[in-house]
Amino acid sequence: MRSAVIVFPGSNCDRDALRALAEVPGMKVGPLWHDDTTLPPETDLVVLPGGFSYGDYLRPGALAARAPIMAEVRRHADRGGLVLGICNGFQILTESRLLPGALLPNRDTRFIGRPCLLRVDRTDTPFTGAYQKGQVVQFPIAHADGRFYLPEEDLARLEQRGQVVFRYCDAAGRVEPSVNPNGAAHHIAGIVNDRGNVLGLMPHPERASDPRIGGEDGKGVWDSVVAWCQNKGKRSGHGHGF
Amino acid sequence: MRFRAEIIVALKGGVLDTQGKAVFSSLRRLGHLGLEDVRIGRVVSVVVDAPNAAEARSEVEAMCRNLLVNDLIEEARVDLEAL
Amino acid sequence: MDFKKAGLSAKEYEALVQELGRDPNETELQLFGVMWSEHCSYKSTRSLLKLFPTEGPAVLQGPGENAGVVDLGQGIGLAFKVESHNHPSAVEPYQGAATGVGGIIRDILAMGARPVASMDGLFFGSPESPRVRRLQDGIVRGVGGYGNAVGVPTVGGKTVYDPSYAENPLVNAFCAGVVSLDKMVSSQTARPGQKVLLLGSRTGRDGIAGAAFASVELSEDSQSSRPQIQIGDPFAEKLLIECCLELLEEGLVAAMQDMGAAGVVSSSSEVAAKSGVGMVIDMDRIPLREAGMTPGEIALSESQERMLLVVDPDMVNEVERRARRWGLECAPIGVITEERRYIYTSQGSVVVDLPPELIGGNAPIIPWESRPPHDGEERKKIPPTVRPSPEGWNDELLALLRDPNLRCQEAIFQQYDSMVQTNTLAGPGGDVSLIRVPQAKAQVAFSMEADPWKCFTDPFNGGAETVARSVRALSVCGATPLGLTNCLNFPSPEKPDQFWELQEVIRGMAEACRALACPVVSGNVSLYNESPAGRILPTPVVVAVGSLSDHDAPLIGGQGRAGDRVFLVGSPRASLGASRYLLRRGAPLRGTPPPFSGAWEADFSRRARAVALGRHARSGRIISGGGLAVALAKELLASEVGALLSLPLDWRWDEEILFGEGGPRAIYAVASEGVAAFRRLWEGWPLEEIGVLGGSRLRVDDVLNLSCDDLTAAWKGAN
Repeated sequence: MRSAVIVFPGSNCDRDALRALAEVPGMKVGPLWHDDTTLPPETDLVVLPGGFSYGDYLRPGALAARAPIMAEVRRHADRGGLVLGICNGFQILTESRLLPGALLPNRDTRFIGRPCLLRVDRTDTPFTGAYQKGQVVQFPIAHADGRFYLPEEDLARLEQRGQVVFRYCDAAGRVEPSVNPNGAAHHIAGIVNDRGNVLGLMPHPERASDPRIGGEDGKGVWDSVVAWCQNKGKRSGHGHGF
Repeated sequence: MRFRAEIIVALKGGVLDTQGKAVFSSLRRLGHLGLEDVRIGRVVSVVVDAPNAAEARSEVEAMCRNLLVNDLIEEARVDLEAL
Repeated sequence: MDFKKAGLSAKEYEALVQELGRDPNETELQLFGVMWSEHCSYKSTRSLLKLFPTEGPAVLQGPGENAGVVDLGQGIGLAFKVESHNHPSAVEPYQGAATGVGGIIRDILAMGARPVASMDGLFFGSPESPRVRRLQDGIVRGVGGYGNAVGVPTVGGKTVYDPSYAENPLVNAFCAGVVSLDKMVSSQTARPGQKVLLLGSRTGRDGIAGAAFASVELSEDSQSSRPQIQIGDPFAEKLLIECCLELLEEGLVAAMQDMGAAGVVSSSSEVAAKSGVGMVIDMDRIPLREAGMTPGEIALSESQERMLLVVDPDMVNEVERRARRWGLECAPIGVITEERRYIYTSQGSVVVDLPPELIGGNAPIIPWESRPPHDGEERKKIPPTVRPSPEGWNDELLALLRDPNLRCQEAIFQQYDSMVQTNTLAGPGGDVSLIRVPQAKAQVAFSMEADPWKCFTDPFNGGAETVARSVRALSVCGATPLGLTNCLNFPSPEKPDQFWELQEVIRGMAEACRALACPVVSGNVSLYNESPAGRILPTPVVVAVGSLSDHDAPLIGGQGRAGDRVFLVGSPRASLGASRYLLRRGAPLRGTPPPFSGAWEADFSRRARAVALGRHARSGRIISGGGLAVALAKELLASEVGALLSLPLDWRWDEEILFGEGGPRAIYAVASEGVAAFRRLWEGWPLEEIGVLGGSRLRVDDVLNLSCDDLTAAWKGAN
């Protein structure tokens, strides 16, 4: 399996994502510069990492969404390839319209950097197959603009289609305003596109991939992707039609 | 011909403006008790070269669509003047 | 322009003319005005700083470069330094703090190191004041705004509140970086024929004469000095970091220097002086952001996010290509010459022609008068207090936990990203911050400490205690100290009693550094921190740095479990002098810490390290602000368990036992099966087994009885 981590000017968490993926058995991973125009052949997973691409100027992710490499990322997604956007990567995906919605400034207008509990609400995506439905996991957050927004009707449709994958919750898996760090609509921490092959989330699974730095819950994302890729050849084409 | 366009970008009405809220509280605390509402946007000022005002405006509106305005959450007004 | 306007005294001007052999022209005079300012030349403190021990087995680079460097093993070094940005933060909190963070990061980068950790020492007036809250908010946002965006984790820090900082807040920014020793650069390696390049942002009028601004007291009028404030761009800095590290990795750069205080002139003259060469710079080739700048303005501008590179002529094209790839401007601005003259040209003529060493070094040392304060002896006497009633001890402890100097600082440090780079093993909130450095197969521990109160009442012992506390924390963790960096924040040296304080603090710090074999590898001095409203307390800030191998388990606090036995190591009685307990109760700032004992400190450190590395305790922490009672409360809060304890209390000294501070002391939670080995390690030391962990209350004899919930509510309560 092969992954590519896109590096934009100002990306910070690219090296962290590269490191987490390099430790996944069977995974080849390398960086890809923002103004390249092709992905390495047979790339399974494209990762848009966290950080402050283009300084978050204009709107977080706005300039990166228009970088030359993004046309290729879109083609990859259209073909059914996997795309994972973490934090700034999620912002870039919404700005690119590869995912619906927008990420607005946090409710308290401050940056928040701390451990964070999430409930896994969908486990039939390529990114969450290794988790149990309703499982509570810990991926740290570190962002100032993580408040997910969609107009009400679109939000209802998103929920109806089961596109919400992660929600902020407490240790018992309860989802409620007091445990929502940034005011995100419906306490949404991560969503998937209609087709299920593009995932964006604000918390950082690559920061939860090593027990020494705070936990291994994030490894489930990489394990899920590996399992999904391995089964790809055997798939008959049902389900979410990749 | 050269034109300057001032693009005033604002959050759409239905979107919660947390920055505006924070600034509202600060201004009230500074004694501006008659204050009713604050919303925060941005001004983008561009200078373009175009044959006439209509084409200049059209060019600027394309810039808004392509990059400067996220129409899910923002709306904009363009003020154009010849230089 | 007369010399006074340039910021020089008559004596300094005379010395300058003497050395130069002629009068300087106007531009040259401007340069000296800034380069010979206190901030740039250390003219008031150079002789005192010589008291610090600067050598040690792990020291690869001592003071004198952009940062100090210690050896981590495996061909890897750690570069680190702490620096102040006090005056700008008082006038424009966000940008002052932000550019402080940016500046120290560039100092680390200039050694060829990748910045891997930041810490911040912040000192504010009383938090009830709305003005202080606004200052704090701006400064914290600035630290986070820059640090988070540039991708360097903020792993710890210290926040201190005292009325003396009300008009003179302090912002001390620390940064550490990892460098491969075969790729380390310096300012000493420039050779004739090489080209001088300016990489990064364009030059404007930011911060012109900012260095001189840092050397004067804040007048009523400082609000109007706005043009002096530099504006930071963390995005540009991130690009600079990645581009410079790439250039270094490929061996494309011969020497590097960051452009901090006094921009072009300080960086370039330093390279020339240290490398023993000359330099010619064409001012017209420096990319500008503003029209009509004079050569003097260009030279002194403190526009941020610029680096000076010295490059072999045949590498220049490649350097420019890499810069372009990273979206950075890179302009050839000059050349290194054999003849040791530092020359600026503009419009075809020479506008500056000076000996390089004269600009950067050699500002005549000012022999300020030193005299102990008239109330020196008074300061040392602990004021009499009315002991609380027996029922009052619980309230005293809760009040201390609520004290802004001791309470939980989550509200501040959760505005920082402490995890980016995924190397943070212990982030903000503990006595020690820890990162892993896989390339060196090591873990690195940092401890930032300050105790301005003890430095005021007893400068010598206060200075020693500050260094000692920082090293004790490393030792309890199991880390071997490698070196330390310090920032000396003081008021005006022109008042004899204040200069005496500075001298005594340095002497005390030096003594502790020697006793603990922890040399000073870098540092910074910030003087003139006073205003019409008053002077700051003498405030040395120390960051001691130590290491463990990657297979050692560091000993940190908060790991205690029910059933563990609790031990107090060190004297049960400590001093109430200049203690948080007394200050919180409104007592005047008086009283000394215990006298420093190098032998005791060294022995403590040795044994504490053995406890940690031998895994003879489950949890441990030093006793510091608030004394034993606060250390116990914090340990229970972090371990989420209560304790049933009995102290050797004597009604004559119970205050000293519960809340006294100073000296090498620690508390440990030890698993029952480990007690014998633990006791053996502390043989010969005052050691008290004081009880056991369990339940959900803190109970100490019939003196303290509080639920852990009450402790939590006080410590974490609404700020």
